[in-house]
Amino acid sequence: MKNSMKKKDWILIIVVLCVAGCAYLSHQLLRNTGAGEVIVKVNGELTGTYSLNEDQEVEINQGSNILEIKNGRADMLEADCPDQLCVHQKAVSASNENIICLPNKVIVEIRSRTDSQIDTVAN
Amino acid sequence: MDAGAENPVGDGLAGRRRGEGLFLKVRAAYFGVFTALALIFSYVESLIPFHIGIPGVKLGLANLIIVIALYKMNVKAAYLLSVTRVVLSGFMFGSLFGILYSLAGGLLSLTVMAVLKKSNGFSVMGVSIAGGVSHNIGQLVVAILVVETYSVMYYLPVLLTAGLITGLLIGITANEMLKRLAGLRTGFEG
Repeated sequence: MKNSMKKKDWILIIVVLCVAGCAYLSHQLLRNTGAGEVIVKVNGELTGTYSLNEDQEVEINQGSNILEIKNGRADMLEADCPDQLCVHQKAVSASNENIICLPNKVIVEIRSRTDSQIDTVAN
Repeated sequence: MDAGAENPVGDGLAGRRRGEGLFLKVRAAYFGVFTALALIFSYVESLIPFHIGIPGVKLGLANLIIVIALYKMNVKAAYLLSVTRVVLSGFMFGSLFGILYSLAGGLLSLTVMAVLKKSNGFSVMGVSIAGGVSHNIGQLVVAILVVETYSVMYYLPVLLTAGLITGLLIGITANEMLKRLAGLRTGFEG
């Protein structure tokens, strides 16, 4: 009995799942699909905004990362970092989804157009 | 530490002193073994290609050793082991940048695990789950600070669930190992 799961273990599991579920639901509610734009930030500074509708390849940070925008989705093609996590990541298309290359401090983020308008108003 | 009393060698005052010396050696040896095991697990983990489209999700095999250390040694030794492992594996298999992340996750998770273990209501599985979840939270917080964006919060549900699952797996394994290690005396007890 001493070695099996205790009551508090189950409470912990349920609490974690609830928090994860709430975070997921709130994200789903805030999520905007549809045509938007791709925001690229390097070191926290905005370096470019690209439309998701135009197919193109973007060189970020003097070519340290190469981003491909195709069929309304953005995908990291190449990165010169050792771990390649951002390259392995799936293409992003929905609002607030992002690809982050931590070693190069590159953030690629999807914004829907309505979002960016709200941002301008708030600023 | 009154370790000599339990030691088979320690009998009488002179024997007791000899026993303490032996215990120091036993401790050093076990600490070395645990460090080596944690490093090997870090290495093995870095060999497994485990990309499921979600960056930052991994099993945390080395955490198995930290959990065992928490139960078979004491909190202080577990902290020392955790820091030693992170720094050494960071220099050998990772980068300076990775050390920062691992330290944030590792120290937060160890603190949470130590508190839960002391509170006596949780089994090894519960402690390990809390460790896995808080490890991911720690790394997410560092990510928010480094890239200065809150949009990584998008990963929170994924990281919480992943921490839960990996923590549970590590907990079950640690529980089975601890059952079989019941007779192990590392010299850190008490």
